[in-house]
Amino acid sequence: MGEIVCTNVTKVWGVGTTREVAALENVSFSVRHGEFVVVIGPSGCGKSTLLMLLSGLEMPTGGTITYNGEPITGPDADRSLIFQQPSLFPWRSTIDNVAFGLQLRGVPRKERRQQAEKFLRQVGLREFANKHPHELSGGMQQRAAIARALCLGADVLLMDEPFAALDVQTRFHMQSFLLDIWLGSGKTVVFVTHHIDEAAYLADRVVIFTARPGRLLDSVDIDMPRPRNVISPDFERYRALFVERLRSEVTRAFQEQELAEMLDTRIK
Amino acid sequence: MRSLAVRAGWWVLSVGTMVGLWELAAALDLINTVILPPPRVFIREIENQAQFLLPQIGVQRIGGNFVALTAIWASFLRIVSGLALAFIAAVLLGSLAFSLRVFHKLTYPVITLLAPIAPVAWIPFALVAFGIGDGAAIFVVFVGIFFVLELAAVNSMKNVDQHYIDTARVLGASRRQVMWHVIFPAILPNLFVIMRVNLFGAWMGVLTAEMVGVNTGLGTIVLVGRQMMNMNLTFLGMAMIGIVGYLLDAGLGLLQRRVLWWKSVAHV
Repeated sequence: MGEIVCTNVTKVWGVGTTREVAALENVSFSVRHGEFVVVIGPSGCGKSTLLMLLSGLEMPTGGTITYNGEPITGPDADRSLIFQQPSLFPWRSTIDNVAFGLQLRGVPRKERRQQAEKFLRQVGLREFANKHPHELSGGMQQRAAIARALCLGADVLLMDEPFAALDVQTRFHMQSFLLDIWLGSGKTVVFVTHHIDEAAYLADRVVIFTARPGRLLDSVDIDMPRPRNVISPDFERYRALFVERLRSEVTRAFQEQELAEMLDTRIK
Repeated sequence: MRSLAVRAGWWVLSVGTMVGLWELAAALDLINTVILPPPRVFIREIENQAQFLLPQIGVQRIGGNFVALTAIWASFLRIVSGLALAFIAAVLLGSLAFSLRVFHKLTYPVITLLAPIAPVAWIPFALVAFGIGDGAAIFVVFVGIFFVLELAAVNSMKNVDQHYIDTARVLGASRRQVMWHVIFPAILPNLFVIMRVNLFGAWMGVLTAEMVGVNTGLGTIVLVGRQMMNMNLTFLGMAMIGIVGYLLDAGLGLLQRRVLWWKSVAHV
């Protein structure tokens, strides 16, 4: 199971302060069990906010979010969040990072290490079990972070631009790697990116957000068999569609930002 | 290996030049060797102590004889106990201030007011409150380092990268688990830097306390040498103070690199 339903979700940051910012406004959409959904939108459109809400780290200021029919009340290891920044703990070895969630649950050391090793093997990092994060490349660190989520048996992977900090080669490699892990696993993925090619390559469905405050602009099913050919005419068509959809939003966001900066300077 | 030899070479050359010039000036009668005895002479003073190199705590004051090793041990024990107590207290109260806003608001002004009082200024009070002996000296080290360390602890805790905390929470960590598994290890390297920076101030506090009232330890050796116009003893004491201070700093540095090799993930 891994079904998420958002109904009229609104999120305002800093309520009651002078720096109130509406990040999401009236967002309704759902993610089916086992679906790979990619969220794209101009920067600052509340994509990361959405993931914070889905993970349960933050609560919406309006509307409801349910997970498998139950309202989300807080973080749950069932829905794991993976950040762009490496979030492995630098003082722990790779295997102890992967086993961390099990440790929190009180699983004995030997048992949790066995379990972690299994997932390290799956992500191809078995030889790096006793290395520390700073000895791993960026791609390896993200693979370990994914292993950490899988180790707890997460049904939903919430990924916040997880490959944005990687170079092009590694990024492409990681995308295929993620699809390998996901295919046939029955896991649900909500993947945020600002990278159009990434969206078209990975997603079952691409959800497009407007500039701030983020609203749902469009939802596009990607009807291409995997593995997808990134230089095929079909791929080109989706890419063109997303570019066209986003262009007007990016321009609007840009203008608003410039206006805000102008006003800021005036006030100062 | 080669760079180590080169560094050692420069060390020998540097110290050798200083000692050489000093000895030369003494041999040529350019300096008064009663006031400024050359190293060759005052280091021999330690031979006079040989019969007293017993595992006693404190210094036996028998005529002009002061037991070198026991004096070193007494001063060393005082600074290490003071540092350890200050560290434990700073982490405990820092955690309390970090988790309880009221406690922080209540204590912060007092601590910022007490922090700038130089450790040396606490000595008269310490002698009255704890009497002559270890208690007073340990207290001086404690106050010299505790306030700064507590402020640093709270500040570092507030600045731990939110991604690490969020990651732990998503993996199911309770508040207490976040504190223990994320915040403590994250701030440890910072606290050690603060300890090292303030080490020499604390060392100064111990020695001064030993000079003005505690009556045992390295500080006392230096002072008694002056009172008896025995500069051999004073310089021997100074040499030992220098060496012990150097070794303390080197020891903390080693601990930092070996045990706390990761960089702090708190941005201070």
